[in-house]
Amino acid sequence: MAVTRFLTRARIAERMGDFIRHLRAHGVRAGMPETEASLGALRLVDAGDPNDVRLALKAICASDVESFARFDELFSAYWLNAGKQRHDHTSTQNRSHQKNSLTNLLQKSSLPSADGSGSIDTPDNDNGGEAESSGEGKLIATQVTNRNAVDMREFILPDDEARATETARRIANAIRHRRSRRRKAARQGDGLDMRRIMRKSVATGGEPLQLLRLRRPGRPVHLVSILDVSGSMQLYARVFLSFVKGLIGNDQRTDAFLFHTSLMCVSDALRDNDTLRAVNRLSMMARGFGGGTKIGASLRTFNNQYASRMVGRKTVIIIMSDGYDTGEAQEVGDALARLKRRGCKIIWLNPLLGWKDYAPVAASMAAALPHVDYFAPCNTLGSLAAIEGELERL
Amino acid sequence: MNWQNLQTKLAGKGYIASSELSMALHISLALERPILLEGDAGVGKTQIAKTLADIHDTELIRLQCYEGLDASAAIYEWNYQRQLLSIRAMAERTGERDGDSRTAIDDIETRIFSVDYLMERPLLRAIQQEKPPVLLIDEVDRADEEFEAYLLEILSDFQVTIPEMGTITATSKPIVVLTSNGTRDLSDALRRRCIYNFVPYPDRATELAILGARCPAVEPALAAQIVSFVQSLRKEDLEKKPGIAETLDWAAALGGLGVNDITADPVALKASLVCLLKTEADQAAIPSEVAQRLAGGAG
Repeated sequence: MAVTRFLTRARIAERMGDFIRHLRAHGVRAGMPETEASLGALRLVDAGDPNDVRLALKAICASDVESFARFDELFSAYWLNAGKQRHDHTSTQNRSHQKNSLTNLLQKSSLPSADGSGSIDTPDNDNGGEAESSGEGKLIATQVTNRNAVDMREFILPDDEARATETARRIANAIRHRRSRRRKAARQGDGLDMRRIMRKSVATGGEPLQLLRLRRPGRPVHLVSILDVSGSMQLYARVFLSFVKGLIGNDQRTDAFLFHTSLMCVSDALRDNDTLRAVNRLSMMARGFGGGTKIGASLRTFNNQYASRMVGRKTVIIIMSDGYDTGEAQEVGDALARLKRRGCKIIWLNPLLGWKDYAPVAASMAAALPHVDYFAPCNTLGSLAAIEGELERL
Repeated sequence: MNWQNLQTKLAGKGYIASSELSMALHISLALERPILLEGDAGVGKTQIAKTLADIHDTELIRLQCYEGLDASAAIYEWNYQRQLLSIRAMAERTGERDGDSRTAIDDIETRIFSVDYLMERPLLRAIQQEKPPVLLIDEVDRADEEFEAYLLEILSDFQVTIPEMGTITATSKPIVVLTSNGTRDLSDALRRRCIYNFVPYPDRATELAILGARCPAVEPALAAQIVSFVQSLRKEDLEKKPGIAETLDWAAALGGLGVNDITADPVALKASLVCLLKTEADQAAIPSEVAQRLAGGAG
């Protein structure tokens, strides 16, 4: 086992701080407290034995299943000269943050006249941005409604697409605010607040005259969107990605997945502040694969890897797919049934449903239908807006 | 005491811990930090707390979490019935004496909000012991997110604040073990206060050692068969994979049925599988033929 020869001399504390930074650069959540605890732990173990040190640092720095599994590799990379490249995903994210602040700065300096409403977040969307920042009048609203009725396949011009992005973002925003609104404290509650009743009754000589009540406030829904980006959905993919991006926003209670032949989690990529860049990044990720759609297999992966963490009774899963599948149809049904048993609601949005005379005859679609709570078209922006009401009802 | 020592001690009490787990326990004991154990159901997370209590010869205080668990069930609660009775009794007495009602009310208040009227729940009890107990907060992921906030105060400062009485500081710091099945993700704040360990399904050798330690009556040949069977069963696509607890149950069941060779009696094998397969779908997924194939491979 070759121990890393560091170029410069440094005290152990500096070295440890450097190691924690190394962990952080690879997506492990660790900071000052971990550095401190790690240094403390060195005294508790045989600091000359790499294995002891590894176990000790692992116990302190790893904080979830993922980092726990990756820790050994990261440890070897830093201390044992295994030489691992920076994790690609995080590095692009870091870079994009820097770039983002830079572009913002440039925009601010070059457009001093634009007011600060901040909806200009795409450099090549100047016209749209100005139109919007000038006011929230009816003019824009009517433009948007016109777009709402057009099948999204007909969006060709980049300008149209940008507008669609914006509309999708607004719709999604509306959903998010709607569902996170808490119930008002009511006079009627399902439990007695004994503690406050006792307090009050002291003044009335032990007679509990005033009955105060308790009520649990509603908790917001956890949204999970699973988007089909296979060839047959390619025409819609960009608009849907924008929609998903809007759903995700900066809310931690949402997660997003893409699938075609395999499934990937894109929640972090979607939290990118720049809408257009996020969509571009995702389109690129989506394009990287190809050949067929495996809905069943992807859903099964979701079941095995993510469902236990994300899906509960207060979860709404939005699947956007046309149901054309190259895998086994039965598998789709099974996977959904299993998902359903966790108590979640499943919404399936199918762009084909908006077409005239469409019947869900694709085998996978037919297998899925019994398990789906709400099956809706989504070929126009208007139909996407309609599910807002549905989310409220669920 | 170093971590190998701890590992040996755990083994002495019948708990076979991996080196990662022993190290995590060692660190958490030395740094007096809670330990968070994650892993599938039935891999022995709860058992660790019991074994720790056994090693330290101390009390095990267990808090089973569930959805809707709140401070009054986990930390403390006033004894409302006693409070009510007491107020009534005092009011009647002061009524007879016709005393100064203002002081009477103050008097009642200080009395009914005193330790006598406080019902300790597990968390408060854990910090008020003479000898540090082992506090097991089981399946913390089942409790609501709000509950984690209560835990944070207790786990970081080992104190409980009761508005009517003031802050109660720990007389002894309990050894805290939290377990989670991953029903939902825990907050980062809670994770970062804990030493973390993911408890996986044991490998073949470890499981054999566990079986040997916990069920010494099982013949070595049968034990090897049992472990191989369960190990290959975990590779099947099951909804609920059998944990160590299930293996031990199954070994006991086979012992009770008088089975010495699992390949010999397919009927008994199939019947005893109820110990390992806990859902209808899983039982359907492993019909008798598959079970025999697995048993054949194990033999």
